[in-house]
Amino acid sequence: MGGEDPGQTEGRPASVERRAAGALEAEIRAILHEADRPLTPGEVRERLTQRHPGGPPSSGEAPADGPRGELSYSTVVTIVSRLHAKGLLARQRAGRGFTYTPVDDASLAASRMSQVLGSECDHDAVLSRFVSGLSSRDARLLRELLAGDTDPAGDGPGPAGELG
Amino acid sequence: MWPLYLPLVIPALAGIAARPLAARLEPRHASWLLTIAAVALAACSMAALALLAAYAAAQAPFLASAGGYSAQVIRHGDPIPVAVGAAAALALTGGAVAVAVMFRNRARALAESYRRAAGLRPEDGIVVVPGPGIEAYALPGMPGRIVVSGRLLDCLDDRRRAALIAHEQAHLASRHHLFAAATRLAAAANPLLIPVLRAVDYTLERWADEHAAAVTSDRKLVARTIGQVALLAGTARRRPAGLALGIVRPGTSRVSLAWAGPVPRRVAALLTAPPRRQMLLLTVCALIVLSAVVAALLAAGDLHALIELAQGAH
Repeated sequence: MGGEDPGQTEGRPASVERRAAGALEAEIRAILHEADRPLTPGEVRERLTQRHPGGPPSSGEAPADGPRGELSYSTVVTIVSRLHAKGLLARQRAGRGFTYTPVDDASLAASRMSQVLGSECDHDAVLSRFVSGLSSRDARLLRELLAGDTDPAGDGPGPAGELG
Repeated sequence: MWPLYLPLVIPALAGIAARPLAARLEPRHASWLLTIAAVALAACSMAALALLAAYAAAQAPFLASAGGYSAQVIRHGDPIPVAVGAAAALALTGGAVAVAVMFRNRARALAESYRRAAGLRPEDGIVVVPGPGIEAYALPGMPGRIVVSGRLLDCLDDRRRAALIAHEQAHLASRHHLFAAATRLAAAANPLLIPVLRAVDYTLERWADEHAAAVTSDRKLVARTIGQVALLAGTARRRPAGLALGIVRPGTSRVSLAWAGPVPRRVAALLTAPPRRQMLLLTVCALIVLSAVVAALLAAGDLHALIELAQGAH
């Protein structure tokens, strides 16, 4: 009964590759969760190889394009960029590159929700936004108002307002 | 016949008066007044349409024989043409469908919001979302959540963060989403009330602004925070043009507050003296709304009396 798992069909390179990439994504997220600070892709790669001294975590061939059994730097960059694009990692600029931190589940839920509510209805009625949209003339007016405000005597309504 | 038409005229007046009232009245009073007025006027105009349709339908001979009254008397005492009655019935049906659709959408969106809010774990009272957006909003729920994007938080100093959070807390604590939902239902029933809906959206923001000003005891701080966040968010997210119904923007190049969007008006209001209570204006407005309610009731009474008369003549 053990050997007849229908999921184990042979000769499916595409699904194997996808599973390998998925496993690598999960591993990278786990590494970033364990880390106590943001990591660069280079540091992520370092920790990946420490975890698997013999080679990359899963099935070897697909994501590995460096010297035998090692993940290349560009593979790691590709994967963290993909995770960032999915909203699963946050990134900060550090020098010429980026460092990455994991996004916690609550924030994930919140960002997905604003997308969901935004697509389904006019979400202004549900979400009370701090500011609504600004037309270009509103932006100009706003700058004028705030510029006038820096001058402590300059925010009166005009000459007619000062008669009393 | 005037009681029949008054509930149809007053919503149009309300649509014209909504924006000036929103600018003059104290924001909390304005929100309550305009929301109650919108709901009451929507109900009255629906009732008036129903009565118009009923007057016209009552002239039909088969209804008269079924109801045991004289169609002759109705026709004699009733100057409403059948075409007007049919138009009223059509408008009534359209309004009812629009209200049903709006109610379903609002209920779904709010249920979704409550469900999601329950899944969020705030830190220091707020939920920080990742990503490059400039985003801050209050999410209704039990309890509601304040959601702010990390990038926006990074841009604000501590005092401005406090102002922003006080503003969003006011939305949640005073359940502003219910005001917004009620006015949307009213405007779905009667599109003449769309300007009232826009005015309430504005007074709710002003209400929260004044709350933030009271919490931080610095009106200019709140004004500058709104200005900073709005300019950061930029002009990318604009309201759809179709919602600005009834507002014709003049083609002048001079910038004036009269035609400005809500954000500059909020900032300008915070840069001037706090709003005063205007009990007289509030009372006058309430009386006008009340007159629409009374008129609708009188019209219903008239129809009832006419039917009784017709039954007597039968």
